[in-house]
Amino acid sequence: MTQSILDIRNVSLSFGPLKALDGVTLAVSPGERLALLGHNGAGKSTLFKAILGFLAPGEGTITVAGHRPGSDAARIAMSYLPEVVSFPQSLTGREVLAYFSGLRGASRSEINGLLDRVGLADAAERRVRTYSKGMRQRLGLAQALIGAPRLLLLDEPTSGLDPVSRHDFYTVIAEAAARGCAVLLSSHGLEEVQGQTDRVAILSRGRLRASGTLAELAAAAALRTTIRVTAKQGHADRLQADLGGRRVNGCRLDIDCAPDAKLGLLLQLGHHRDVLHEIDVFAPGLNDIYRHFSDHEGDQA
Amino acid sequence: MNTRIGTIFAQEFRLARRNLWVGLATGILGLFAVVLGVFGAGQGAALDADALTLTAASLATLSVYLIPLIALLMSYDSFAGEIERGALALTLASPVRRWEIFVGKFAAQSLAVGVAILLAFGAAGAFLALSFGTGSEGIAAWMRLMATAFVLGSVFVGFGLMLSAMAGRTATAAASAVGLWLVLVVIYDLALLGSVMAASDGIFASQVFPWLVVANPADAFRLFNLALIETAPVAGIDGLASTLPFPPTVALAVLGLWLSAVLALGIRRTKRIVP
Repeated sequence: MTQSILDIRNVSLSFGPLKALDGVTLAVSPGERLALLGHNGAGKSTLFKAILGFLAPGEGTITVAGHRPGSDAARIAMSYLPEVVSFPQSLTGREVLAYFSGLRGASRSEINGLLDRVGLADAAERRVRTYSKGMRQRLGLAQALIGAPRLLLLDEPTSGLDPVSRHDFYTVIAEAAARGCAVLLSSHGLEEVQGQTDRVAILSRGRLRASGTLAELAAAAALRTTIRVTAKQGHADRLQADLGGRRVNGCRLDIDCAPDAKLGLLLQLGHHRDVLHEIDVFAPGLNDIYRHFSDHEGDQA
Repeated sequence: MNTRIGTIFAQEFRLARRNLWVGLATGILGLFAVVLGVFGAGQGAALDADALTLTAASLATLSVYLIPLIALLMSYDSFAGEIERGALALTLASPVRRWEIFVGKFAAQSLAVGVAILLAFGAAGAFLALSFGTGSEGIAAWMRLMATAFVLGSVFVGFGLMLSAMAGRTATAAASAVGLWLVLVVIYDLALLGSVMAASDGIFASQVFPWLVVANPADAFRLFNLALIETAPVAGIDGLASTLPFPPTVALAVLGLWLSAVLALGIRRTKRIVP
């Protein structure tokens, strides 16, 4: 395995009695995109602030490209895009990028290329006041790409964006990752990051509940498929006696089964075709997987 | 000046110009200076003083109110607003030092106040001198007024930035800026006047009171300017200017001390910000 750009080991951080982060261990390698999922208040932003060096963990260590968070080397290696950012309204897009170039000690000659990459070349001389939400977020992304950082830290970067803007946004992120940049981005939901990240980590109440590819998470969750059968009037009792399951109402029956038992169950239902009105199959979706990890184990904690 | 301070300075100064602060401050200060000069010029002959000297005295008394207000208005939102909008987190994520941010903002906003003073008082002074005539004494008084007004503005820009970094929220920062202005510019003098009237012995009035007055940066500015204008028609607390138990340069030293104090405190508060 290659050397991680971001290495978080057993990090805990408390605000008084509230444990915002509890034993979090996470690593992101060069070129890897990791999505950090969690509810509001799960600890995502706190973790980001710890990585940025704004908050010091009570326990554990974080290193960014081998450096302590907050050190110059770590700040140069990493850049950040917060969930809500509003640049000064009376500056132009180019002036905003020139400001961050100056702070990062990067060359101003790369600004044109960055504006091009996020599709703002035509709006470069316009005041930020006139930008749409999507344009502002793209300007934020361009800001984060200044100086070719080795780690991109994106806090819910696409919330509130329309699907087209979101797609464009992830295209730029994928390009950065292809050049070897490690990406850690947070999000509320799995659908949003499906297909856009290599790995997913789920944070709930300050603890890391799961981490892996989507397929791995789905397998680990081993969620059951639900088959909903609607019987013809008066035949629901007989179906339940034969197949089991839960009665929903007079004529409906929900049967849960493991994904690999689904086909057998459907074949069995075929024998009752004369009393069947309708069959619906509910395979577990991304949301169910997410809920499984963020709620289920939270209840035990 | 390193690149990072230069970058912050350039952005802040650009913002002060674009947000029309410089233009607005120039307009207000210039208007008051001309009006005071034109109205005061009528009394000049009676008091045997030229228009510029007289106007410098009355403008010093008025500037005590206006310049701190302008400086606080320009600076109170600087940190608090950026914290609320999430912009400061981005700046702090870059390799910039906290003190560099404070110094860059301070220099830019002080300069913005200074440019407004230079344009407004400079133009008004030239207008008055050309219209009513003046001498070397008048020009010197006017120069002292502009220079010390610039220092006074810087002190209050420092105050505003410090309060902004301390408050972290725009509303709190605004409230504390207004409070500071009221205390230092209005209430302080009233309280001192009240106490000097209440105190029966002469020691307080002659020994303690002048030091208490000059300890306030706004009063220090006013005393310094009035003490050096012999013909100034002064009343109330300003009457102290002609009977100071210390040289007027003490007032300048007080302004310098306040400037260093607000810079040091402001930088310390900036280091504690968690965005």
